[in-house]
Amino acid sequence: MPEPTSPTTTDARRSLLEVDDVTIRFGGVTAMDGVTFDIKEGEILGLIGPNGAGKTTCFNVMTGVYQATSGQIRFDGQVLHKIQRYKITRLGIARTFQNIRLFKSMTALENVMVGADAHSKVGFFRALFRTPMHRKTESESKARALELLKFVGVDGRADELAANLSYGDQRRLEIARAMATNPKLLCLDEPAAGFNPAEKQRLMELIRKVREQGYTVLLIEHDMRLVMGVTDRIVVLEFGRKIAEGSPAEIRDNPAVIAAYLGVEEDDDAAS
Amino acid sequence: MNRYYDFAPSGLAKGWSSFKSAFSFLDNRPTKIALIVLGIVVAYALPLLNLPIITTSGVDFGGVLFDAAAYALIALGLNIVIGYAGLLDLGYVGFYATGAYTTGLLTSQHWHWPFLLALPAAIVVTMITGLILGAPTLRVRGDYLAIVTLGFGEIIRLVTTNVDWLGAQAGIANIPSPPNIGSNAPGQQGGLFQIPHLSWSTFPNIIDVGHKTPFLEFGPVDAIPFYWLVLTAFFIVIVGDILVKNSRVGRAWEATREDEDAAEVMGVPTFRFKLLAFALGAAIGGMSGSFFATREGFISPLTFIITLSELFVAAVIIGGAGNRWGAAVGGVLVAYLPDRFRGFADYRMLVFGLALMMLAIWRPQGIFPARRARRALRAEAAIEELEGETVDA
Repeated sequence: MPEPTSPTTTDARRSLLEVDDVTIRFGGVTAMDGVTFDIKEGEILGLIGPNGAGKTTCFNVMTGVYQATSGQIRFDGQVLHKIQRYKITRLGIARTFQNIRLFKSMTALENVMVGADAHSKVGFFRALFRTPMHRKTESESKARALELLKFVGVDGRADELAANLSYGDQRRLEIARAMATNPKLLCLDEPAAGFNPAEKQRLMELIRKVREQGYTVLLIEHDMRLVMGVTDRIVVLEFGRKIAEGSPAEIRDNPAVIAAYLGVEEDDDAAS
Repeated sequence: MNRYYDFAPSGLAKGWSSFKSAFSFLDNRPTKIALIVLGIVVAYALPLLNLPIITTSGVDFGGVLFDAAAYALIALGLNIVIGYAGLLDLGYVGFYATGAYTTGLLTSQHWHWPFLLALPAAIVVTMITGLILGAPTLRVRGDYLAIVTLGFGEIIRLVTTNVDWLGAQAGIANIPSPPNIGSNAPGQQGGLFQIPHLSWSTFPNIIDVGHKTPFLEFGPVDAIPFYWLVLTAFFIVIVGDILVKNSRVGRAWEATREDEDAAEVMGVPTFRFKLLAFALGAAIGGMSGSFFATREGFISPLTFIITLSELFVAAVIIGGAGNRWGAAVGGVLVAYLPDRFRGFADYRMLVFGLALMMLAIWRPQGIFPARRARRALRAEAAIEELEGETVDA
């Protein structure tokens, strides 16, 4: 497991994910326009920008939901192009959803076990004949799922249906489920949406804890305080273009960012 | 909000929890096993017991039970498709017909295979049919899949009606029965031994020595051996169902049904698992069709009409989609009720339809809802209770 990174040493690290001059057009709309940035191993990268800046599009192209019109995305040395989504997950990119998308009729434990099954080789016959491999992976999945539930703080409600968990627990459960796929890169899509300040504080601690476990984290977030408080580096998008990149302090003082984003923060928050 | 719909499920959930606590002794493992064994024994002995009330009058009870078991088997298969994987298959009769026709072709029409060889062949052929149909169509979702499968059921029927090689309108006759066990000399009753039926009208001499079922002779008269055969298949399939469902495969199905995109992003190859569910469902439908063919000895396109598909889906929904025992009970009811109420003659389908409608109103999640539906109801009831308290306070 890589050591936790401090902001000053990130540049020396290996790039885990490289977004290289990626453009996406939907008909006449250019959602991403020649965006280039990378995520280094072991860092927490924040991806911010006003509503409609292309953050989620960027996310979707990384996880295989959309294909880039031009440009390349490389993950761990491999070009991600026309790879099925479940294979991208197996390569090591996991994500949560902006609007919670748990498997509602399954228990919290089962939700996380679905994630833990991502690398399972158990199919119909191994399950039917209860092979030793089935038993082994089943108990491993369960142990890992329980461990993760504890890690995010939803243990004790393992047998509760996901739909019956509180909003905050559902968000945390999503993180556990994504972590269960054993990713190299964990992408969190606005994990603090709808959280009160106390919950945001808890979430920040959780994200730091996740990084301490050796995960690389990509964080898409609206909440400035959260992003500034937890990330090592920030990439700012506006209208599908990258307008700035740097440490939280640099971003805070960047005039382009202030003009484009921070200057309208109050309005933006009120609108969302 | 509509108060009526708010109330109905919560009352139900409370009813269920009190029901559950009354039967808490069932949690005891030895008791559970004993009850399961007892249930299996009763299921096998049912046609011999001639129990009053449930035994059909005017229709051969063994035949009715055969139908009931066959429908339960079909419902198990369709439950994998509809209940587990969430794929609405309205053309299930197509697989039933494929199994029956494969058996007919192999044992009678073109070849003379024994039934026991034709049965696995029918299962495999139907499974392959399921794969061929599923591979292109499982990419479409929801209602579209329902339409495509509906078309498939009709296509199979039209093909069997028009292709001479498949017997066309005349169908296929002389489909052999499974092999007998024990002596089978002509003119005398066969089998290893004979099992007498019970007769309650001659109480206290309830053993009816004049009416015996040979073990094991598959003849045109006595349907009971066929019932035992299908019942055995049913139990084997349900054990397989339990093993597969309680594994990574079952979780993948459930996740796919709940949110296909999220499942895919969590590393579930959803298409592959949908195809697996579809093929398994098809195979079980084909198996059932094969049993039907050997029991009837004759099949024709007129049997495999579209309403049969609707009946199969009704069985799964009535029992409770997603709950294997519920689906099986639904299958039994769908087969049994019309025959039990044959006394009402022309009105039986009307009564059956009314029963379906009442069920849809008062218990839309089926007689035995899946665990998820039960839990959701209990949670709803709990929330309602809490809300009620705050309102009172």
